[in-house]
Amino acid sequence: MGRLLEVKNLKTQFKTEGGLVKAVDDVSYYIDEQEIVGVVGESGCGKSVSQLSVMRLINSPGKIVGGQIIFEGQDLLKYEANGPEMRSIRGAKIAMIFQEPMTSLNPVLTIGRQLTEMLELHLGMRRNEARKRAAELLSLVGIPSAESRLDDYPHQFSGGMRQRVMIAMGLSCNPKMLIADEPTTALDVTTQAQLLELMKAMVERFRSSLVIVTHNLGVVARYAQRIYIMYAGRIVESGYCKDIFRRPRHPYTIGLLKCVPRLDEEEGRKLVPIKGLPPNLINMPPTCAFLPRCPYAVEQCRKEPWPELRLVGNQQYIRCYVNTEERIQ
Amino acid sequence: MSSSRDDIILEVKDLKMYFPVTRGLLRRKVADVKAVDGVSFKIRRGETLGLVGESGCGKTTVGRCVIRLYQPTGGKILFEGEDITTQPERKLRHLRRKMSLIFQDPYSSLDPRQSAASIVGEPLKVHQMVTSQKEYNERVEKLFRTVGLDPSMGDRYPHEFSGGQRQRIGVARALACEPSLIVCDEPISALDVSIQAQIINLLEELQEGLKGLTYIFIAHDLSVVKHISDRIAVMYLGRIVEITRPRELYENPLHPYTKALLSAVPVPDPYIEETRERIILKGEVPSPINPPSGCSFHVRCFMAIPECSKVVPPLRDVGNGHEVACIRV
Repeated sequence: MGRLLEVKNLKTQFKTEGGLVKAVDDVSYYIDEQEIVGVVGESGCGKSVSQLSVMRLINSPGKIVGGQIIFEGQDLLKYEANGPEMRSIRGAKIAMIFQEPMTSLNPVLTIGRQLTEMLELHLGMRRNEARKRAAELLSLVGIPSAESRLDDYPHQFSGGMRQRVMIAMGLSCNPKMLIADEPTTALDVTTQAQLLELMKAMVERFRSSLVIVTHNLGVVARYAQRIYIMYAGRIVESGYCKDIFRRPRHPYTIGLLKCVPRLDEEEGRKLVPIKGLPPNLINMPPTCAFLPRCPYAVEQCRKEPWPELRLVGNQQYIRCYVNTEERIQ
Repeated sequence: MSSSRDDIILEVKDLKMYFPVTRGLLRRKVADVKAVDGVSFKIRRGETLGLVGESGCGKTTVGRCVIRLYQPTGGKILFEGEDITTQPERKLRHLRRKMSLIFQDPYSSLDPRQSAASIVGEPLKVHQMVTSQKEYNERVEKLFRTVGLDPSMGDRYPHEFSGGQRQRIGVARALACEPSLIVCDEPISALDVSIQAQIINLLEELQEGLKGLTYIFIAHDLSVVKHISDRIAVMYLGRIVEITRPRELYENPLHPYTKALLSAVPVPDPYIEETRERIILKGEVPSPINPPSGCSFHVRCFMAIPECSKVVPPLRDVGNGHEVACIRV
């Protein structure tokens, strides 16, 4: 599979009254064609901001201050955020599904209008043609009597149905890449499962890549082939899911896996919480941001700046000085 | 384990809670939302009963009825052998000293204008549990330490604390009146992943330390409920469909809804996920205003037969304390 997206040294910052927030700080990653990749982290780790940066949806006081976003060979950062090039890519070649299906649809436009708008704008379809295609898309994502529901407004749909509409909108222009930002967090468990299965089936059908941004490790383990784990604006570990879930190497990843209850755990298992709190991103010290919470920290971590990612296994990278595997044994 | 009647701290018999749906100027009642419709269970002293289900299944309503924040429409609630179902308001204060509640949202459940110490100490004053200022101060300090907060932070206001710390304040407030039963209503779902384990462990440690402390733990996340509970009741549309021990529930789920719910929760291990059975339910949870006839799950059930729409299946014991409400089992 060819490389679809390559993000190099991306930096996105927000100027706030309290100081400069380095929400995404020197983040590099790639997405191949037809691949499902998970981006995992807690709130404020920069996972959403990194994806919004790719979409060029960062508004003031936020600013992309450095890096490259190479999509199909062209650097998106060379284009104006609202220029014709970005507008022909955003929504058409890279589409995004947002967390809140309640707020990301326009309440005063019918579902049909919101779908046909994209088809007319990006694919140059005529009204009738677009309407037909919109109905097809709705039935494809499992909305019954799609044709008649085109004239309904978002409030007439349930949360799960709205998210299905979002998926239909995301896929309407047959994008190369679909970014799903916490796509199921606001929804019920069985609805979550329905939608994730639907998304997986849809990206396979449309031969798109899927980026799932989530804090749920289980979702990534179930659907993604590769995973990026973010902490305090940086990627701290990356690799294949099969390696990372079995042999996590960065102390934060190890900590995350030890602190979540899992269905298949032994009775009486004690959770090992990560002590302390996620850091405030204003005025971060140059040392590793996880240092205050890290049980593996050594002298070097306190003296030297946060290291670069280094290879520790089959395509498995960690941003850490410590050889955690030795320390565990 | 002794089977004497005294061991049962709470018994709920055929609990019903209907909320009227009114219409028009005269608020004419047009229908009922049957939030809880015939729920029965017992809890032993020192036990944790998990209530799990999707939004609208009535799990929170059960918790609120138990603590008499609602006046139930029907059924009986026996707390420490005493029928509390219809006790008048003036007697409830005495009851609420023995029961308390931890809320989901640590941001809205603490009064922003009260200092942390006065939030935690308020129950002591309300229930006249202290005789002097000195005793009050000592008790509040002790409560702070019990939940892992520094007593010197007592003068601060809720906004100065992180989410996890706020939830600790909520726990301390719930413990202040030395209750024997605490209803924990989604106590961790508003917290970050790495903080959730801290609160789960705190609740577990409190129960080990204070012999006889009983929890009703309400959550939608089955892996969390399985981790903390001694027994789990799975709810669907106002009824309990299955109740058993966590391990049995995971290894031998009997009700088709439980099976679907379990399969919808991913395990953070890609190898296990590859082989796990996935049951994707059709449709969404029906409205509790007009629930389907018979077994209310039959419209989404993959095992349903025509009889399912005719009879409401009673919860019956299938041995080993495992109860299930399904005629197909």
